[in-house]
Amino acid sequence: MAEAAVQQPAWVLLAYLVAGVCFILALRGLSSPESSQRGNRFGMLGMAIAVVTTLITHYVDRICVTPPNDRAAAARYLDWCSQGNLGAYLWILGAILIGGGIGLVTARKIQMTAMPQLVAAFHSLVGLAAVLVGAAAYLNPEAFGIAQLPFPVGSGWTVYAPLSAVVINPVSRIEMGLGVAIGAITFSGSVIAFLKLNGNMSGKPILLPLRHLINLGTLAAILILIAYFTQDEAPAIFFTIMGLSFAIGFLLIIPIGGADMPVVISMLNSYSGWAAAAMGFTLHNSAMIITGALVGSSGAILSYIMCRAMNRSFISVIAGGFGAVSSSGDAATIDRPYKRGSAEDAAFLMAQADQVIIVPGYGMAVSQAQHALREMADLLKSKGVRVKYAIHPVAGRMPGHMNVLLAEANVPYDEVFELEDINSEFAQTDVAFVIGANDVTNPAAKSDKSSPIYGMPVLDVEKARTVLFVKRSMGGVGYAGVDNELFYRDNTMMLLSDAKKMVEEIVKNLG
Amino acid sequence: MDFISILSIFVLACFVGYYVVWSVTPALHTPLMSVTNAISSVIVVGALIASAAAGSMTSKWLGLVAVALASVNIFGGFAVTARMLAMYKKKERKDG
Repeated sequence: MAEAAVQQPAWVLLAYLVAGVCFILALRGLSSPESSQRGNRFGMLGMAIAVVTTLITHYVDRICVTPPNDRAAAARYLDWCSQGNLGAYLWILGAILIGGGIGLVTARKIQMTAMPQLVAAFHSLVGLAAVLVGAAAYLNPEAFGIAQLPFPVGSGWTVYAPLSAVVINPVSRIEMGLGVAIGAITFSGSVIAFLKLNGNMSGKPILLPLRHLINLGTLAAILILIAYFTQDEAPAIFFTIMGLSFAIGFLLIIPIGGADMPVVISMLNSYSGWAAAAMGFTLHNSAMIITGALVGSSGAILSYIMCRAMNRSFISVIAGGFGAVSSSGDAATIDRPYKRGSAEDAAFLMAQADQVIIVPGYGMAVSQAQHALREMADLLKSKGVRVKYAIHPVAGRMPGHMNVLLAEANVPYDEVFELEDINSEFAQTDVAFVIGANDVTNPAAKSDKSSPIYGMPVLDVEKARTVLFVKRSMGGVGYAGVDNELFYRDNTMMLLSDAKKMVEEIVKNLG
Repeated sequence: MDFISILSIFVLACFVGYYVVWSVTPALHTPLMSVTNAISSVIVVGALIASAAAGSMTSKWLGLVAVALASVNIFGGFAVTARMLAMYKKKERKDG
């Protein structure tokens, strides 16, 4: 038995390597906003190189086999074997045009506040594409160069015609099994994440009885089947691996609540990378392997950053159920006295201030208040007030969500600061303006050991001389399901209204 | 390429990924996700091979569907990343 993997010419290997390097440069560009756009163009270039190389090398793509010394058979096949693939390429062009068109229109129309949903939807597509490629490779292994020939290479056989009864290399079977499994998990997990983020499905965790047992059992079954797949490549096994993986992706995400979505979405990002890497192993393609490793580590690092910012372990996020107790939290909200302010009061306080720090959260995204907020900041600046923005790593529903929204509203990025860079400044700040954030400002995280968010790094807004807290009503609690001590402090003034309306009114009062 | 060379590329690329991603500024984490999404669609290479190959028709159709799905991601992912990155602007300095 020998591998049918046709040795690719050196220029092809080099081209895929160059594509891989372009992808590294694409991520490298994101180290600063100035270089980021060039980085993105490197990404496009890499993709173009990979696609064109593949299309050129597979234009004549017929593996044909004849026994040694059978010149008649060879002559019969030779013509067919060297024909180009124009017909297939027109179909491919059609598929690219349809997909590309949908992608471009979506990218142009999507609202920046809907970015988390869009990313989740895109992840699901990568996952599904990986599954389909895996299935295609399973059905046509010769095309992917992962079949074993029934005779040794160099024994005089000439490869001309499609082989029947080929078997797939055992190593390729593991890679394929893993690729399909990870792809399927990415797909079904991302679909659930999309439905939760898009509001088609409640953000509350759905807890099945015995879910840990079911999940671990399913994962174990998938791994055992992949191992067994090396011994027996029956379709039943292949498709069971696929089916179980779709199921586990679904089961893994439904118990995870809305507040943990930044972790979930980063984790799915990571999975889509590992799926691409596994497929790269199957195809012996360096561009896919490099990309898979980059995307895989990127998602893993983002998940880690998000977990650290919530002081939660990755395992506890995956286990899910966080925030499930919040539904019974109404009884805990006792009537405590708090100060309520008006837009007029807020405008007056901020106009008098030397420095105002704005703390945006998911609520700002929901009410689309970012443009009004920037208008308010401009008016304050014209009155000589210094305005800065403080962003907690888990504010919003995905990493960097708030930064994008502020950028959309033309807030210069050098006025926007990360938690550790600005936290010491609250003590010298006159007004902290909290809009749509809650748990990330809760001082209980620093002092109350019984609080579920104890130990989470929070913004020290309570150290500002005055805290203006924009919130829809006093009833609701944050996603963590805990009351915020901040509301009842002497230096806090609650501005109870829709975020956008409140900011617009403040703008009127400032004008 | 044999398995060990491929594994070497993979392991080294993981390290490159680790250092490159830590150097990404947190403000650009959303574009990072959308661009990684776009580049992970390099899986289109596998889809193209399946669509171009002779042999199983089912495999060909699966490949074509995968090409379309990956194309949504490639074009959509890069376009939305470009759109986001174009919004990041520095403060206009009025001195001078």
